[in-house]
Amino acid sequence: MSDRLKLRALTGLALGALLAAPSMAHATTPADTLVMAKNIDDMISLDPAECYELTGVEVDANIYDRLVRNDPKDATKLVGGVADSWTVSPDGKTMTFKLHPGLTFTSGKPVTAEDAAFSLSRVIKLDKSPAFLISQLGWTKDNVDQMVKAVDPATLQITIGPNYASTLVLALMSSIVGSVVEKAVAMEHDQGGDLGNAWLKTHSAGSGPFALKSWKANESVVLDANPTYREGAPPLKRVIIRHVPEPAAQRLLIEKGDADVARDLSPDLVAAVAGNKDIKIVASPQAALHYVGINVKAAPLNNPKVRLALHYLVDYQGMADSFLKGQFQVHQTFWPSGFWAALDKNPFTFDPAKAKQLLTEAGYPNGFDITLDASNSSPYMTMAQAIQSSMAQGGVKVTILPGEQKSVITKFRARQHQLLLIYWGPDYMDPHSNADSFARNTDNSDTPATKPLAWRNSWLIPEISKRTEAAVEERDGVKREAMYKDLQQTLLDDSPFIIMFQEVKQTAERSNLQNFIVGPTQDVVYYGYAKK
Amino acid sequence: MTFVIGRFIPVDPVLAIVGDHATQSTYEKTRLSIGLDRPIPEQYLIYLNKLIHGDLGTSVITSQPVLTDLLHFFPATLELATVATVLGVIVGVPAGVLAGATRGRWPDQIVRVVGLFGYSMPVFWMGLVGLFVFYGKLNWTAGPGRIDVGYEDVVDPKTGILLLDSALAGEWDAFRSAAAHLVLPSIILGYLSLAYIARMTRSFTIGQLSQEYATTALLKGRSFWGMVWRHAFPNILVPLVTVIGLSYATLLEGAVLTETVFAWPGLGLYITQSLFNADMNAVLGGTIVVGAVFIGINLLSDVLYRIIDPRLRLQ
Repeated sequence: MSDRLKLRALTGLALGALLAAPSMAHATTPADTLVMAKNIDDMISLDPAECYELTGVEVDANIYDRLVRNDPKDATKLVGGVADSWTVSPDGKTMTFKLHPGLTFTSGKPVTAEDAAFSLSRVIKLDKSPAFLISQLGWTKDNVDQMVKAVDPATLQITIGPNYASTLVLALMSSIVGSVVEKAVAMEHDQGGDLGNAWLKTHSAGSGPFALKSWKANESVVLDANPTYREGAPPLKRVIIRHVPEPAAQRLLIEKGDADVARDLSPDLVAAVAGNKDIKIVASPQAALHYVGINVKAAPLNNPKVRLALHYLVDYQGMADSFLKGQFQVHQTFWPSGFWAALDKNPFTFDPAKAKQLLTEAGYPNGFDITLDASNSSPYMTMAQAIQSSMAQGGVKVTILPGEQKSVITKFRARQHQLLLIYWGPDYMDPHSNADSFARNTDNSDTPATKPLAWRNSWLIPEISKRTEAAVEERDGVKREAMYKDLQQTLLDDSPFIIMFQEVKQTAERSNLQNFIVGPTQDVVYYGYAKK
Repeated sequence: MTFVIGRFIPVDPVLAIVGDHATQSTYEKTRLSIGLDRPIPEQYLIYLNKLIHGDLGTSVITSQPVLTDLLHFFPATLELATVATVLGVIVGVPAGVLAGATRGRWPDQIVRVVGLFGYSMPVFWMGLVGLFVFYGKLNWTAGPGRIDVGYEDVVDPKTGILLLDSALAGEWDAFRSAAAHLVLPSIILGYLSLAYIARMTRSFTIGQLSQEYATTALLKGRSFWGMVWRHAFPNILVPLVTVIGLSYATLLEGAVLTETVFAWPGLGLYITQSLFNADMNAVLGGTIVVGAVFIGINLLSDVLYRIIDPRLRLQ
């Protein structure tokens, strides 16, 4: 072979190897399986007494049936779950639940009131993340077994300490702590008195529409249908949630039909797939609120006029109509639209002239310098930049301090911020969930018993806190609703929160998929009705 | 060092466990249970003591012992890095020799441009474009993930290396699916490795060709390519092994961006995610693996030197 030929052969080898990607076909999703592309890196446990991350709670909502459930057709309504009906004693402190007859766990064993009582007391005894939901009912390690008990195999009775409205108690029983765990299975895997916690992190013992087959961190969650579910076997036999952290990769998967649902598409990706006839975009308003916290610890933010001025220096509609399009709607009160007792009022608009006037009255005619902490992820950075530019028009010079989400929260909880951009999702669907955090702080010391959002912004509000406490005890529904609306108005008048948006989830689904339900919170994402 | 950094990063590790809404009492209880109330030197000694006994602790974010996690995530990275490095070597070494031997002429220019591209393009972007073109448009490769959903749980994970596991089990459909998923990320990473290997090989080749023995061989009647392969190439092998070893070790650390784009559950993603959650047991475990990989590859290179270079064998 001549040198020239060898040279060509060698060049051919080098370039050929680069281009020699084999052509390989691949299957679309199986007809009896729901394949979902989602970022699931927040999952740390599937034990319902421990789990409190968005993805984990969502998965648990599908593998554990709860005492009370949110109606899939209207998530703001509560309907029976493991419990069919309930009665409240005249003093409002004792509730008696009658269990749905004939229910079985995925193991085949019957669901009894004993299991339900065990599940509630387990949450208190383990004292993990979601324990605060029901410890507020006055339940402690020592008294929970007296206050929560099975009267007979079909009857559960609970007694609460404080005078809480029974609607609130029901809302709590529809949250993750109301998940009914099979006692025998949990105790069979008890290690050193952990009530099966270590085992249940990655296994399931429930009676929901699905049972957990496997959870591989950073990879996938696989659920198998439960043929004996209370509402009948789900139409699809299996659900596979694939961890796909990159939204652009989720878009490709749904376009190619390798996923039936893509959960985390950003607005630009939604726009990119919107014209595809094989894909539909389903919008679901969420309960989560996005806001700027104002730490009122020091000047100038301790001045109410300055706080009010800042409310007029955010271009709410401008953001919602541009880079947040479709995924955020303007909302300015502390309880989200579409829920009972929400005050639908958005009085603030971007008005630099008014803001300047307020700042002048407050003694800052030339504005001031301030820092804004925000998560370095999307869309927070863009939001922070938009706020920076709109505040500049009122003379307020914002320096953005980007950080990883968890470090931003750490700083918030240490009250080391000035302004801080973050979100808040209610823990259960009762306005008390948000009022208790936005509108309660009676201990402004550095070591309070809890760290509600008002505390995190150093906002000491003994009077408002009293109203919050009175509202939760009001048993007349009409009066109670009015009390929450008044509280929302009070916080609109002056508060350290620039509440800006209510989130709207946009889910991309293949056109042949039906009844995949994405409700306003992670508790109401139901896989069990989906069919294709 | 990693331990100290981990204790001083501005993220509260308790938050990663109990979340933002838990009561102060739950928070304190968890803080005590993971030993964060103790002085840092004491925490370190406790960690070392456990380490000696083979206990790397439990990861907060996966709820699994760190060792179990590493045994799960490392094979995914090993599979990807090995295939990528093989591709990088098969293409990069001949390309580098070719470029070095034809210095300044068009084959050299092509290799240099291809190499420069590989060096300067962000791998994240290349991955996305690669997916868009080869998976989205041309249908040549499979999409993100390690295997098609239909084969999920079909193969028993003996080694964690899917190609090997499926081949051992005789599940050839699963093997094909795993291979189809591996093609694109390994070509992208292989391209990075190729760019580096080709560039270094080129400069080694140029160095050898300027030596007097090369001229002598040509004068004695050796053909040009005969001289390149028989005389110059064996001399560049020793530094080349170092280069390939380094490139391999870098890929074995886990390529977090490639893993993110391709939804590849590897070591890079695991360590990064653990770091963001201040999950220090996992970060330390991952760091130990990376350290071990570097030491292992260095040892392997040393062994290879002796095989390749007769002078070292004599010593």
